[in-house]
Amino acid sequence: MSDGQTIASDESPSSDELRERSRKALQAQQQPTVTVLSSLIAVQDELHYIPDEAIEETATHMKSTINDVWSVASFYTNFRFTPPGDHTIDVCWGPSCHLGGAQNVMLRVHSELGVDEEGETADGKLTLRYSTCLGACALAPVIAVDHHMKGRQTPDSAAAVVNGLKGA
Amino acid sequence: MSVAFNELRQKADTEWQGLTAGDKPWIRVGLGTSGEAAGAEEAYDALKEALGTEANVSFVGSMGLCYAEPLIDVQIPGGSRVFYNNLGADEAPGVIAAHLKSGRADPDKALAWDGTERPEGLGAIPRLTELPTVEVQTRLATKLAGDIDPREMGQYIANGGYSALDKALGDMDPASVLDEVKNSGLRGRGGAAFPTGVKWGFLAPNPAPVKYVLCNCEEGDPGAFNDKGILESCPHTLLEGLILAGYATNSSNGVIFIRQGHTLPIENSRKAVQDAYAAGLLGQNILGSDFSYDVEVALTGDSYVAGEETALMEAIEGKRSQPRYRPPFPAAAGLWGKPSNINNVKTLSYAPTIIRDGADAFKSVGIESTSGTAILCITGAVNRPGMYEVPMGSLTIREAVENVAGGIRDGKLMKMFQAGGPLFGPIGEEGFDSPIDFDSIAKTTGSLGSGGIIVGDEDVCAVNLVRNLMSFNQFESCGKCFPCRLGMTHMVETLERISQNEGREDDLELMERMGASMRMGSLCGHGQLGYNPVASALKYFEDDFNSHMHDKKCPTGACGEGQMVTPTRTRP
Repeated sequence: MSDGQTIASDESPSSDELRERSRKALQAQQQPTVTVLSSLIAVQDELHYIPDEAIEETATHMKSTINDVWSVASFYTNFRFTPPGDHTIDVCWGPSCHLGGAQNVMLRVHSELGVDEEGETADGKLTLRYSTCLGACALAPVIAVDHHMKGRQTPDSAAAVVNGLKGA
Repeated sequence: MSVAFNELRQKADTEWQGLTAGDKPWIRVGLGTSGEAAGAEEAYDALKEALGTEANVSFVGSMGLCYAEPLIDVQIPGGSRVFYNNLGADEAPGVIAAHLKSGRADPDKALAWDGTERPEGLGAIPRLTELPTVEVQTRLATKLAGDIDPREMGQYIANGGYSALDKALGDMDPASVLDEVKNSGLRGRGGAAFPTGVKWGFLAPNPAPVKYVLCNCEEGDPGAFNDKGILESCPHTLLEGLILAGYATNSSNGVIFIRQGHTLPIENSRKAVQDAYAAGLLGQNILGSDFSYDVEVALTGDSYVAGEETALMEAIEGKRSQPRYRPPFPAAAGLWGKPSNINNVKTLSYAPTIIRDGADAFKSVGIESTSGTAILCITGAVNRPGMYEVPMGSLTIREAVENVAGGIRDGKLMKMFQAGGPLFGPIGEEGFDSPIDFDSIAKTTGSLGSGGIIVGDEDVCAVNLVRNLMSFNQFESCGKCFPCRLGMTHMVETLERISQNEGREDDLELMERMGASMRMGSLCGHGQLGYNPVASALKYFEDDFNSHMHDKKCPTGACGEGQMVTPTRTRP
């Protein structure tokens, strides 16, 4: 987890910068009750992932331990520990979407992205996530692009969405 | 009416008059999650640009008529409303501008109208209340959905909002509010159907100075979106209900608990809480009374089990959302060790109508064993998927599917329904005439749960659907109890095998034995009910299993051959 590869490329922020932005996000929390979980959500909202620096800063901020912060961060499936691509595509496979043909949508998205599971494309530009339910079940099958829902999908319409992102 | 509330009400009434009968038309664009998925945001932007200052264009919540999204309605000042359905960004500006210019509605695009006078040019288009999806409804918790901007507290107040709270604080002591809820017969709508008044009664007498009422909007059940629906369309209904619960139980704090990623419900609840504080409806001495109450919004990360009541408290405390041992029960020692009550969004959202109109009015809706309404989310292979609030026990599953949801798509036959969340399985023909209420659905081995009903047509293979449900359950096992953690995984592997026609002779018996271990060895319902979907599928669709096990083929072709079924994942 701590191999430093997440900050390898030129565009990636430096370790100090990640630390600084984490700290700001932690301190900017407005709600009366601040916890390890609320802190991790705040940091991921800011950085789009949880780097090691953020784990350490959260532990310090919450007077907790790195171990305990990791235990929470690794439990909730929304947290990720490497930077995502420029755009994230969620494909829902909940039962309403499943019955509506989500599997064929999923297979088509796989082939358009050249992947066969969740994660980043080879160029690292796009991220595919599986979702257990996006909550727009009446418009199944549903996908989301950067958390914006798109319902009533077919394999073709999903392919068009994905290909639109490739150029973006 | 208190002086403070009277002021709020007068200001709200004036603003509402300005919108509905002012000098500009009012255009309301339905934007819930389903509206968003249908392209309502794009339609809104296009309308704003095309109409400029010619009309007031607002977002409202979803009316629940998801099949008609994007749903946009036009109200000429003082006139009736005309509802246009499936109006995307490409058509909306043209249709609406033409309507405003000519004063005549477009009957080709209109779904319905509502008001006192039939708008010109509508031909045979029905009244909203005559639509088959609306005429069966009795809206109590979703009454204002689609009528008001969820972010504008004044619009809620102008339509009767917070008058129950004003009445409770002015004319009733906490014990009589509690009695009213007890007498209403309200049962919890999260799935367990426990009498709400009794639950509140556990908390009320506890003399502790800090006590919590927690509102659960984790809503991870696939196929259910009514909690989100309420927060998207009228978050103040929930907030008023939560404050009433706080008053009735002599509590000090409320927490609205929402899964991160439910963007609109989170934004709307935060705004609602903020506005309520600013108006003196939260905080010290609410509406000039001696009752003080604080509410905050807390988020959980993605975890289905966070919706379990003790796991929920762990999540609010910022830890892994894994269930606690009981006792102590939450009413004795819950959040932060303080006495706590946990209620579902829908349950709390009934409190305002119960206090405003009385327990008898509430009891007049529904049936003897369960008063009030069921807020159904009907999805799957139906023509008119959506969210429909109907009196408890007023419809059978078959009636709901055929008459309300418009029957099965492409003229196919209905094979199954699956209700109550992923821990319940598919139910066949024998269950279709079951009335929709907690006790009747429970007799089918299913559950009304939180109201999600997923309908499958003749092309669905029961093995395939159960494989999907169990993948969900496996992925969402929190891992605390090993019978659940391992049992779910074995169960998915076994179903995978069966779906690919490689089932072994003793596979069914093996799953049953695992199910028994999970039932006995798991702390919460997730593991305890883990075998349910398989048991239900075997009860109603044994033929589907036999086809896979003995004839070595999928009865409908749904399972495919060798291709990916539902992805499997293990929690990291």
